[in-house]
Amino acid sequence: MYFEGYRKYILVFIITTTIFVIAFSISNYSNQKRVENIESIEDKIALDLLSSEVQFNLFKEFSCKGANNPILSGELNSIAEKLSYAEENLGITNPEVVRLKKYYSILEIKDYLLMQQISQKCKEKQLFILYFYSNDGDCKDCKRQGYVLTDLREEFPELRVYSFDYNLDFSLMETVRTFFDIKDDLPAMIIGEETHYGFKGTEDIEKLIPELIAIRSERKKAQETATETATTTERKKYIPARQADGVIH
Amino acid sequence: MIEISHIIPHIFIFLALYFQIFLLVTFFENKEKLKKETFIGLADYPSVAIIVPCWNEGKTVAGTMRSLLELEYPKEKLSIIAVDDGSTDETFEVMRTFAHHPHVTIFKKTNGGKHTAVNLGIEHTNAEIIGCLDADSFVAPDALLEIVKLFTDKTIMAVTPAVKVYKPQTVLELLQRAEYNMGIFLRKMFGIMDAIQVTPGPFSFFRKKVFDELGEFREAHNTEDMEFALRMQSKHYKIGNAHTAHVYTVAPNTFRGLHKQRVRWVYGFLKNVSDYRFMLLNKDYGHLGALTLPFAIISIFSAIYMFLFVVVRVASMISEQLAKINAVGFHIGNIEFNWFYANTKSLVILSVIGLGITFFILLQGKKLSEGTGKFSRDIFYFLLLYGFIAPIWLSRAVYNVITSKKSSWR
Repeated sequence: MYFEGYRKYILVFIITTTIFVIAFSISNYSNQKRVENIESIEDKIALDLLSSEVQFNLFKEFSCKGANNPILSGELNSIAEKLSYAEENLGITNPEVVRLKKYYSILEIKDYLLMQQISQKCKEKQLFILYFYSNDGDCKDCKRQGYVLTDLREEFPELRVYSFDYNLDFSLMETVRTFFDIKDDLPAMIIGEETHYGFKGTEDIEKLIPELIAIRSERKKAQETATETATTTERKKYIPARQADGVIH
Repeated sequence: MIEISHIIPHIFIFLALYFQIFLLVTFFENKEKLKKETFIGLADYPSVAIIVPCWNEGKTVAGTMRSLLELEYPKEKLSIIAVDDGSTDETFEVMRTFAHHPHVTIFKKTNGGKHTAVNLGIEHTNAEIIGCLDADSFVAPDALLEIVKLFTDKTIMAVTPAVKVYKPQTVLELLQRAEYNMGIFLRKMFGIMDAIQVTPGPFSFFRKKVFDELGEFREAHNTEDMEFALRMQSKHYKIGNAHTAHVYTVAPNTFRGLHKQRVRWVYGFLKNVSDYRFMLLNKDYGHLGALTLPFAIISIFSAIYMFLFVVVRVASMISEQLAKINAVGFHIGNIEFNWFYANTKSLVILSVIGLGITFFILLQGKKLSEGTGKFSRDIFYFLLLYGFIAPIWLSRAVYNVITSKKSSWR
């Protein structure tokens, strides 16, 4: 069949528009799936938190064994990365992203409070950083600070980093800002009892949390022991049968 | 939602896809016509003159002349007119070695530009069909027969061939092979649509009456083949395409040479289109005015814009990675695929579709040109590099047009 004159132009316009609609639909569908994925992780965190809280309140005899081993840290880290990606792709003003961020902030505060309670009860120091950032273009070091904290979080799963968008239009954030008395000189971090302003590199943070250095050296030692054991076993494996039996010629 | 900064690239991609799909629809409508028919001869062979304008082409002109002498065409109907346009090398001496052939005529004149050499040849022939072959090109033995076949249609006033790259070896030459093959596909589609906008120097043929009625070649911003095609189209003279008439041309093998050639082409195109701007978006000129000319202009600016868009994005990614390395040092973490981080932006999806159609066109071009539509490294080089190197000469040509800096031949 031949499409003469303007009819061909209209046909091609319809095909091109259809391709565009399909491409936009795929893009929107995958973005929706991303939002759902973040939502499901947040729901899981909420459930885990609630479960821990109930456990804590009900028995008052919360088992300190393993309390230092973070249950939610991994999920919190993964959700932080995913939220950051969603922010970049859907935009920081996207209502879905803002809603997920608000929910995430609530979960972080709940986790922080629970950890504080566990810490008091178990008399064990929890490693955490409360980090305040802004992505409104008014904080030139926030991106760099984010890299440092993500890197530290990857190296030390024991370290809980709670990140908060300083400018998030949310009543809870206002309370948090007032409670911790955070000024708008960002990036800002609460480490232990103190508030620190401005960019802090890995070494600066390790100085403020010396436990991280201790964890690293312990891990290194354990790794060396494991390598030594593995080498010895390996060597034994290749000793000739007679030598292994203790018969030396 | 589309970001504001993404609106312009979306418009450009829409237009590019529209153009590509238009070509695909044309292709599928006319697929049967693209098969090479067995040639059973002509009742009457028209007289043909082939003009070979030469300027400092001593190294290639002998090959060009030999390929013309080997053409399968009644010798009494064929004349070859070689014109030396004031060469300073051995071109004329090489040309003279062919002077003993009865149907070869040789002229020497002072340098005046390619169009003057071709015009001299036109003035010295009474052949019914007049063609031209650049002295750096060679023809397949059956090329002229394939061209003349189309002239049996009395409405056809000019016929363009399928231009291929001669013995490509380097990456740059192979890249051009894929590009020329794609050009064969495009010119065939334009021919079907009666929208050909250039009658290339290598082996395009015209009825003599075209020159009698429209005049000879002009300087036309050093792209006389574009101007003449537009002049013909402006007077509704039909130009056909013989995709089975294979002509081989020596492609530039250095980036500098390629850049210079393309700047001249693009500059000439923009200047000539400006001279014939009354045809743009004018329904009296069919697909040429409504589609191929406007889209050819848009494609120049969209290629430059998209190139800059990608460069800015890549630069921003590199600067982010450098900032990261600066903050935490360089170390490769665990790389694992997670669908969550797959780039599913509409711009990326549409670009992939556009690239897919380009790939299809490249394969079809190869099939028309070489008989096989299989993927080969020339296509790989084209897809990998062309989008990055073409904007360089496109930008330069646009700059030259804006600043009225004339592009030279060499």
